[in-house]
Amino acid sequence: MKEFLLLFRQSEYAYRELSAEDFQALLKKWQDWTGGIAAQGKLVSNGRRLSTEGKVLKPGGVITDGPFVEIRERLGGFLVVQADTLEEATTLAHGCPVLDAKGCVEVREIVS
Amino acid sequence: MEKELESLKYLFKQEFSKMVAVISKLFGLQHIEIAEDIVSETFLLASETWGVKGLPPNPTAWLYTVAKQKTLHHFRRNKIFDKKVLPEIIARQELVDDAEAINFSQENIKDSQLQMLFAICNPSIASEAQIGLALRILCGFGIDEIAEAFLSNKETINKRLFRAKEKLREEKIKMELPPESEIPQRLDNVLHIIYLLFSEGYYSQTQNQILQQDLCLEALRLGLMLTAYDKTNLPKTNALIALMCFHASRFNARQAGEGEVVLYEAQNEALWDQALINQGIYFLQLSAEGNEISSYHLEARIAYWHCVKEDTPEKWEEILQLYNALLMINYSPSVALNRTFALYKANGQQEALAEAEKLKLENNHFYYVLLGELYRNIDNEKAKASFQRAWQLAKTDTEKQGIQAQINRLTDEHTH
Repeated sequence: MKEFLLLFRQSEYAYRELSAEDFQALLKKWQDWTGGIAAQGKLVSNGRRLSTEGKVLKPGGVITDGPFVEIRERLGGFLVVQADTLEEATTLAHGCPVLDAKGCVEVREIVS
Repeated sequence: MEKELESLKYLFKQEFSKMVAVISKLFGLQHIEIAEDIVSETFLLASETWGVKGLPPNPTAWLYTVAKQKTLHHFRRNKIFDKKVLPEIIARQELVDDAEAINFSQENIKDSQLQMLFAICNPSIASEAQIGLALRILCGFGIDEIAEAFLSNKETINKRLFRAKEKLREEKIKMELPPESEIPQRLDNVLHIIYLLFSEGYYSQTQNQILQQDLCLEALRLGLMLTAYDKTNLPKTNALIALMCFHASRFNARQAGEGEVVLYEAQNEALWDQALINQGIYFLQLSAEGNEISSYHLEARIAYWHCVKEDTPEKWEEILQLYNALLMINYSPSVALNRTFALYKANGQQEALAEAEKLKLENNHFYYVLLGELYRNIDNEKAKASFQRAWQLAKTDTEKQGIQAQINRLTDEHTH
């Protein structure tokens, strides 16, 4: 089996405005979704969540607070799954909560 | 008389592991058989003497005195022989010539047993042999009992124990605690063996309920032994003890005579052992210290929730999240199936069915039982086909009967 990186990108970061209940509900969605991948024995690493803050270093020593990529999207986190094909790995990405927030999941094979 | 024999058997079993641990420390683990022989001879003499004269006022002290004499005797008898072939033992022998060195104090028994526990749970011995050796040396079970627990025969068990003891010699495993820095890591293996011992009892195929219960209580005793020593009394040790207490609390409710197992849903909670549940809660609280969340922590909390009979959304949501977390640490098909059942209880049948279909555990009869349950009232034809597949794959008659009952129930609902 090959390993694939699922990268979560999303443009809106309104987490701080979420009520405690909504935050709990979002957390549950993530836990249930990753639990579902783990239940298929296909979760390699639960990855890490990334903080919303960061810096970008550009040529010439220019440091900015972002944007991290040219479009207004930020990397929110990642996880590593195993699958036979890119298509199968993409199927695993279905149901990812980032999609509900108009974000997207980028699926990339990890070349060994 | 019957009762007296029973209590003697219990006393011998209890003292066996203590005496073997203390004596093995003198001879070295490579001569563990000598310690076993001395203890067996002591028990033989005890049965003969006590049979005639009646029980002495303090049977344990009697056993220790006799074992001490026999140990000394053994050393003296073999002194000349050993001097020629085993020079490395001489230093120890001179020590043992002093009868005081054979020390059956509570403190030394405790220390020796703990050292023996670490020696036997050395990762270099295959775990199957380790469980056998642990049952024999640490818990004092007879070969016939071990054979019964493993649904095996005496020869196989003897061979297995022989190989395990050979391994002790080859690897030159010593009876000592690992250096302090290695304890947390070596402890993992010790906890794992205790966990396997407990599971061996809890899920054993043997029909002998007393034996099953004995196995579980012995595993619990070994776990408690680790709490007496600061370096091994870690949160994960407490978590494992909590887990064993919660499971063991349902022992009486699980049995329906004739060795039939009563499934959780049908258990009478009045038969649950509240004292063990409380003990479990106590150790669960102790386990919450520190940052480490081991699989024992998660399993203990799942087991705790199963001690709460009332079905609430909160209960199943908690259980689901615990299984989600457990899968990240420790994937196994049975955890995946339990997680999907919790998903059904927490998030509903449709969602669980969709998730269950992705699991594809096609040789697992529990998988088809779960699918049967999840298809019920959504697609009864598929539900029936799933239960039928489960019936074909089931290994025991008890399981087949249970599944047949589900098929009948489904057919009845259909026709009415």
